[in-house]
Formats: sequence, structure tokens, C-alpha cells
Amino acid sequence: MLKVLKSGFYTSIQDLGRFHYRNKGVPVAGAMDNLSVQKANSLLENDANAAVLEITMTGPTLLFEDASYIALAGAKMSATLNNEPIQNYKVYTVTEGDILSYGKLEKGFRGYLAIKGGFTPKAVLGSVSQYRPITKENRLKDGDRIPFGSITDFNPILSELKVDSFLDDTVLRVHKAPEFDMLTDSQLEVIFTKEFTVAKENNRMAYQLNEVIASHEVSMLTSATLPGTVQLTPAGKLIVLMWDGQTTGGYPRILQLSDRAIAILSQKREGAKISFKLV
Amino acid sequence: MKSPSIHTKPFGVHAVLIEWPNEVNETILNTILQFEAFLKSDCLPEADWEYVPAYNSMLVINKKSHIDYDDFSPKIHSWYREMGDKKLQQRYLWHLPVSYDLEFGIDLEEISGTLQMEVAKVIALHTSHTYTVYGIGFLPGFMYLGGLPKELEVPRKATPRLQVKKGAVGIAGKQTGVYPQESPGGWNIIGNCSFPIFDETKKEPCFVSVGDQIKFYEVSRAEYDLHKIEAEVGIYQPEKIKIDA
Repeated sequence: MLKVLKSGFYTSIQDLGRFHYRNKGVPVAGAMDNLSVQKANSLLENDANAAVLEITMTGPTLLFEDASYIALAGAKMSATLNNEPIQNYKVYTVTEGDILSYGKLEKGFRGYLAIKGGFTPKAVLGSVSQYRPITKENRLKDGDRIPFGSITDFNPILSELKVDSFLDDTVLRVHKAPEFDMLTDSQLEVIFTKEFTVAKENNRMAYQLNEVIASHEVSMLTSATLPGTVQLTPAGKLIVLMWDGQTTGGYPRILQLSDRAIAILSQKREGAKISFKLV
Repeated sequence: MKSPSIHTKPFGVHAVLIEWPNEVNETILNTILQFEAFLKSDCLPEADWEYVPAYNSMLVINKKSHIDYDDFSPKIHSWYREMGDKKLQQRYLWHLPVSYDLEFGIDLEEISGTLQMEVAKVIALHTSHTYTVYGIGFLPGFMYLGGLPKELEVPRKATPRLQVKKGAVGIAGKQTGVYPQESPGGWNIIGNCSFPIFDETKKEPCFVSVGDQIKFYEVSRAEYDLHKIEAEVGIYQPEKIKIDA
């Protein structure tokens, strides 16, 4: 078990998400920056879908009650294992009584803790990703205990990964989404030449952007959306739906972020600058 | 009968949107569901495909592979031509019990004033109509229901409530529906449905599918309480009637 001594700002259990219930209105959920998660899981030779902890902004303090192997990924969060600094994308051995804690957020916004074999809470509708009300809670609380299998004989093929970090990337590559053609030349010019700023309203459901483009009066029937869909509100605001985002919506869908762009945006916080580039 | 025309639109590399004429009607909805059934059984049977139908569109999603739109779009059109009279999945009319007790129907009296209509008449109208499920979204199990009688059209509340109760039955504009979970909401609340629309502990968490129909019927406060208990222990099931295609 992993015991949560202090839960941090927003720490949750995530795998790659919950599929095949979108037609019943169930969001996919799953790790926001799943590219970083894939790297940590591959380092530990885990299944791609092995569950990790997603750690947002201010990290938790965690006590290992069993032995295993861990790897950190994503944001740089000044993590220490028993007060010794540890690096991202490197395999560490943990034993009973070890304490993992987090310090200052140096870069990015969401860090990940992967463990050999993955965390193994009970799956609901095919996934362990925390999303209320599918799971009882949205995130971990102080005192929670998360199961994982005890392992002491893992010999990793690679003990460390050189990672091409995208934490400094600001360009989001996008595809056309269904209502792209409604955009006027002047709206297009603003979208593809100006910088946008991540608004205070940003979370696992959606990232709003501060700058507005020209308003519009296009009305449409409710239709499906995806993680990474950029919606345009009548007032000209851009909303980027993320992994906990609703499965249908009534706002025009103008752009669709690439998989990598979703991961890049997941590492941004309020005030970060981004721009769009059409693939 | 000739099927209504479709067009496709790219939606990133994992999905393609299929659109039908921009209308809310059951003929189009049934054609969409018929095509969904045909794609699942005859064209794209692999488990990686997901389908999200709503109103006049259906999103076809592949979570793993990239879809080559230029290759895929003509296939969709030719499959649509080949569909023939494929049967859609069995649809049901569900009878859902609602208590319109004023303890639940917190906006009933206000609506009665706005519409200049007795509360009993509001309830009678709401329970006399059959509603079609045009989509499920916004929240897990939230049904977009069409068919609200014109006489019951009232605007959304000027200020949304931060907390609407699970099971709350609301009306707003041309729509009616049930809040499957406690959530913020701007609809006028007229009652509460005793049977949970969404139950994440079941393998099929939402018994309603797009294309099904809903009819509400009034139950007393005592019946409501009894249903609640019966539903919790799993002995109460809402009545369902097969709809012929």
C-alpha cells in the first residue's frame, strides 16, 4: 500500500481512461499528460495502461508500506525520497517506510508517480481513473491508502531515460474540427497569429483562454466532443476541453488539438502563453 | 425509402463526424441509429471503435489508430448506401416514476404563476407526453429529451443553482430531463425521479440509450420513498415497453 500522508493540491489516480461509455455521457478521464506517463510506464516495463498518480502543482507526501520500484515523470517538482533529491525518468527502489515528498514546482504543472505493476485500486467501468461520480472521489485525501503489488526482484533493462522534454513548448498543433469552416478570415488571422493566455479557469475538465476573438451567432444542435476539442462560445471565448470534459456540447467545435498538444497544454498553468498552428 | 443524405467532417486524427440534415426529428434519429448498428456489425466490428450519436450527428471514434480521413470518408458514404434496411438495436419506452411533491418540485409554484396554469395541470401536461432521447451527455446519464409540450415552455432560471438534487426533474425552453447526479443546473425543477438513471456499479450503468423514449408518471410521496428503497436493494425496475421500428 501507499499511504497518503498529505494529499497536496490535487493528486489523483489515473490510467489512460475509461472508454466505451461516451455514448452514455461518461467522460474518458485518464492522465492529462499521457505522453509523460507512457515514458515512465515503459521505463518500469509496465502495461501502457498501468495506473499512476497525477500530481498537480503542489505535491503530496507519500509513505510506502511495501517494497517496489518507482519512476517519476512530467513536471519537475523537486521530489525527494527520504530527503534525497530524485530525478524524473529514472528507476528508484523503494522499501517499506520510505517517504516520497515534493518541494517547489520548477517547471510544468502535472507530475506523475509510476510504480512497478501500476497502482491497483478497483476499476469502475473498465478504468481506475478518478472521476466523480463514477468513482466516489475526484482525488486523494489525507490518509488514503492505495494498493500496489510488492516487488523486490525487478531488473530494469534501462534504469534511466533521456527524455526530449516538451515542458517549454508553447505551440499547440491543431487539426480542423467540424465547425472550422464557420471561422471568418479575421477570426482565423487572430487564432493563428496571436498568442493566447491560459485563464484562471483551468482544470481537468477544460482550459479556458483569456483572449477573445470576434463573437458569433452560429447555433447548432448538441453534438459529440473530444478531449482536445476547442469550442468557441458566442462571446468569442475559446474553451479547450480536456480529459474530464463533457462528451457532448452545443458550442461550435473549431479546432482539435493533436495528442501531443493536449499533453503540452496539460503542463500549463494560469498565465502561460500558447499559440495554435494548423497541421 | 431513400435515406436522408449525409456528409462527413474530419475531427482530428482519431474521429470522423457524420452529419445528417440539421433537423430534430425521429426519422433522422432512427436512420442514425440504424447506421450505427450497421457499422458495428458489418463494417467496423473491432473493439477500438466508439460511436456517439446525438440529434443529427454521430461521431465515430478510434481511440488507438489514426484515421486517414481521405480514405475513410468515401468508405462511410459507400457503407451508408449499402446499409439497406438494417434493423436498429431494440428501442424501449421507459415509464419513470416522478414525485411532483412540492418538497421536490421547488419551482412548481413559480412556474404555475408564470404560465398562469394550475400546478396540477403542469403535472398533467408533463406526464401526458412521450419524450424521445436525442442524446446523452453533459453529465453521465444526462438525457437530452425532445417533445416537451409548447404550453410548458419556460425560460431557464436567470441564475443557475449551484446544487440541484440527484434525480431532479427539470424543464427549460423546449427541453425536459432528469439530473442523474447532484450538479449545478439552471433548469426549473418540478419533481424528482425515484429511480436512478445512472448507476456506475452496474455493467451497463445507464439503462437508457439514445433513441429510447421516456414517459413520466406521477407517484405519491409514499410510493416515491418505497421505490427508493426497492431500487436500492435492486427489486424495483422501471416498466419498459418495446418500441417497434
